[in-house]
Amino acid sequence: MTATTSQPQYKHKLHRRDVLGIAGAGTIALIAAPTRAYATVAEVQEKIDALSAGIPPREDSRLVINLPEIAENGGSVPLKVSVESPMSKTEFVEAVHIFAEENPFPQVSSYFFSPGNGKAAFSLRMRLAKSQNVIVVAKLNTGESWIGRKAVKVTIGGCGG
Amino acid sequence: MKHATIRPRVRVPKTVAKGEIFEVKTLVVHTMETGLRKDKKTGQPIPRNIIRELKVTYNGRQVLRSVWYTAMSANPFTSFFVRAQDSGPMVFTWTDDNNQTYTKEMTVKVV
Repeated sequence: MTATTSQPQYKHKLHRRDVLGIAGAGTIALIAAPTRAYATVAEVQEKIDALSAGIPPREDSRLVINLPEIAENGGSVPLKVSVESPMSKTEFVEAVHIFAEENPFPQVSSYFFSPGNGKAAFSLRMRLAKSQNVIVVAKLNTGESWIGRKAVKVTIGGCGG
Repeated sequence: MKHATIRPRVRVPKTVAKGEIFEVKTLVVHTMETGLRKDKKTGQPIPRNIIRELKVTYNGRQVLRSVWYTAMSANPFTSFFVRAQDSGPMVFTWTDDNNQTYTKEMTVKVV
């Protein structure tokens, strides 16, 4: 754009050279100045530590995460989570928290359950800015928590500008 | 007036047996503006407006509370499960950043 103002004779004409120059500058600007920094893996770990209150979550096969391996549209990625639990008054899943490690804001959602659910399972659709790990933490009423990770490849990011 | 045009959609089975665990599916039409986008004309950021919470009660008792962040998709869909106890109302309440609420009431018929 500055090229046209410094060369007034080209003011009303778009030249191939200028167009290429503008396009090039635009790409650099996009890479150099993202609107917001992405979250970091450490930031997510901190949030998980805060949730689990001293007892580190462990991996358990009873926590099942269903996500596509490749998501064509990062704006709407289907997620299904189910946690095997009797959901009785003495033993049930209290909450399930979802994190996307490298989204601008890593928290996705938290679901709070009670024995009245009968089954600790749910589904939703989430946004993923880029290819990354999705982390699911299930908190049981016993104080124990289970953690699961799943990598998703994203073709088109889904967090807007 | 805006909320009058938005009707949340909820699906529960017509009838359920006592003790049966049934699936509930919900969908609201909402842009879920992330606050990360900019207005293309003015360059100003578009303020965030997302649905932050969904609460569901069944016969007056809460059966689900769900907290949502920016990473929830537009027109948020969610499904979950409930164990059938007695016939009665199931009330859904969504709340967004403008403190606008969307509500829907369904009747669960236990046979």
